[in-house]
Amino acid sequence: MNIVIENGRVIDPKNGVDRRASLYVADGKVAGIGQVPAGFVADRSIDAAGCVVCPGFIDLGARLNSIEAELAAAVAGGVTTVVVPPDADPPLDEPELADRLVHRGEEIGKARVLPLGALTLGLKGERLAELAGLKKAGCVAFSQANKTVVDTEALLRALEYAATFDFAVWLQPQDYWLSRNGIAHEGEVASRLGLAGIPVAAETIAIGTIIQLVRDTGCRIHLTRISSAAGMALVHRAQHDGLPISCDVGVHHLLLTENDIGFFNPHARFCPPLRAQTDRQALSDAVVAGWAAICSDHTPVGADDKLLPFGEAKPGATGLEVLLPLTLKWADAAKVDLPTALARITSAPAAVLGLASGQLAIGTTADICIFDPEANWQLTPDALKSRGKNSPWLGYVMTGKVKATLVGGRPVYQA
Amino acid sequence: MYNPQLNKNGELSHLLSVEGLPKAILNQILDTAASFMEVSAREVKKVPLLRGKSVFNLFFENSTRTRTTFEIAAKRLSADVINLDINKSSASKGETLLDTIDNLCAMHANLFVVRHASSGAPYLIAEHLQRVGRDDIHVVNAGDGRHAHPTQGLLDMYTIRHYKKDFTQLRVAIVGDILHSRVARSDIHALTTLGVPEVRAIGPETLLPKHLDKLGVHVFHDMNEGLKDCDVVIMLRLQNERMTGALLPSAGEYFRHYGLTPQKLALAKPDAIVMHPGPMNRGVEIHSAVADGSQAVILPQVTFGIAVRMAVMSIVAGN
Repeated sequence: MNIVIENGRVIDPKNGVDRRASLYVADGKVAGIGQVPAGFVADRSIDAAGCVVCPGFIDLGARLNSIEAELAAAVAGGVTTVVVPPDADPPLDEPELADRLVHRGEEIGKARVLPLGALTLGLKGERLAELAGLKKAGCVAFSQANKTVVDTEALLRALEYAATFDFAVWLQPQDYWLSRNGIAHEGEVASRLGLAGIPVAAETIAIGTIIQLVRDTGCRIHLTRISSAAGMALVHRAQHDGLPISCDVGVHHLLLTENDIGFFNPHARFCPPLRAQTDRQALSDAVVAGWAAICSDHTPVGADDKLLPFGEAKPGATGLEVLLPLTLKWADAAKVDLPTALARITSAPAAVLGLASGQLAIGTTADICIFDPEANWQLTPDALKSRGKNSPWLGYVMTGKVKATLVGGRPVYQA
Repeated sequence: MYNPQLNKNGELSHLLSVEGLPKAILNQILDTAASFMEVSAREVKKVPLLRGKSVFNLFFENSTRTRTTFEIAAKRLSADVINLDINKSSASKGETLLDTIDNLCAMHANLFVVRHASSGAPYLIAEHLQRVGRDDIHVVNAGDGRHAHPTQGLLDMYTIRHYKKDFTQLRVAIVGDILHSRVARSDIHALTTLGVPEVRAIGPETLLPKHLDKLGVHVFHDMNEGLKDCDVVIMLRLQNERMTGALLPSAGEYFRHYGLTPQKLALAKPDAIVMHPGPMNRGVEIHSAVADGSQAVILPQVTFGIAVRMAVMSIVAGN
């Protein structure tokens, strides 16, 4: 099917494109921008007047508890590729499970599903999962989700083994001992509210360990959900030293701090925890500078799991459908232009994954998001396709609404 | 700022924490408590302020002492008191906290006295009641996790006011396990709100929360230094389980550094009073000679506690 997307502002951060033009899609690929490809006859046209036309978003972390609803949520949020952490039930530690997830994703035919395989069996941090088998079944890298490999020798062996095959390993840096009892950032708010704290050292110690093991093994590492200024500084130093380390920041951590816990709001419970204002600022600066990608860390949680005292509530927030508006909100606050902001959810995560997508160069797969950057909508449970209605932004007005999403040149969502 | 404890007229509707309460409300509670002291001395120790109302003691965490004082206070206000030991009933059958609350609402409760192991649980209940439109049901926090124990904080203030009259000239030291103490947090907020110019926290780094200075507290690690010229010494209970981890080496070493002995007490002002929320660990945080000595006001605290709890319950639910 040939599609022409007319009258939109085409933004392709990777290739420095930002102009009003029509975009032509043929055979599932980008066929032209501003110039009709030879012999192109449109089967369908989409009017994008007043809208931005950009690469579909690539989300480095989204949990798909009820896969159909969550993949519908993804494309409704302009997300065309989701990386799925392995902490499902059961954990994704066998090739058959990965195979099933990939096929289920293809069957549903909405956003592309890229599973992360479990690094260790049952995510227990003890015995290695069958990494090569998982890779063959479609896993793009290996991860412990937010579980820690407590045994440093096991971690060393896992990275050595992964390096043997040049597999990337994704780790959420969190020292087990310093975080196991904590429920909030060890700061002023936790002290005042009597919440057990998780010190910044829980993150920096883990990052320090991982960096040293990267030096020794050469394993490619992606650090997920950096939460602190000190942690980000360590990652940046390692990147500066030329180590193969990338990282991401959860979009909520760019906008919220420990103060948003207010009177024990369970929707402000995250893993890792929301930290201090200075941490939020440093994370924002790092994303502006391009040291980190933005990720939704989509974690749908049932209502009952949030209607609990803060420390008993499950951490996390719904993310897929707010990734765009929250990224725009961050960009506005951080005074970042639109192409730069969009780069952090398109080309930056594509680079982490080594994907050719996340751009609109001629000949690349037409994963495209069309959104109205000015449209307002209120975040209510009914406004979300995701089963996860858990958000610290419930009731707030979001700016930025997806009008249509294409995956491989196929319209998969239209508002 | 939005304060879930106050109704739209700025009156106390729930007592969840001392933090955020204006000085006028604290004084209102203390003054009301003073008027109830006389009731407890009567032969018929009852006033009809809560007649026909039902007070549910919801203790999700065990406590005999606090529950008993709330029960006595409610009965002296002529309320019907129902004690629910949730540990042994609904929660163990998988019922959620808010399901339990909804059920008790249906039994026409007027006031919930809540103790819970999780910080913030009474807020969840108060917000839920607001959400379901039950503004007529009130919540009094009887201790939530490490967060707050506001009636204990208020009875401590009553005790201090009783013996010292004026808050604005005092130096008050809180000694011991402040990290895990809801009493300490409530005391700190109450003391700073009532205008105490110097609040001190004394303890080892392992038992002090971070950023304590942000709450307006001066931190001391050396007890001899911290007690110097104090008017009030509030000792905190040291739980036995603190000894099993890496927080402290032993009860003996703790007592040597942070136990209140007659020698250490001599560093405070000669007329300093010694308080303790109970139950005491003699020989761990306090020497028997001090606990039973002339400066201790630990038993009067318990007596005042009933009047303060009567005051709180009559204010939130009496209208």
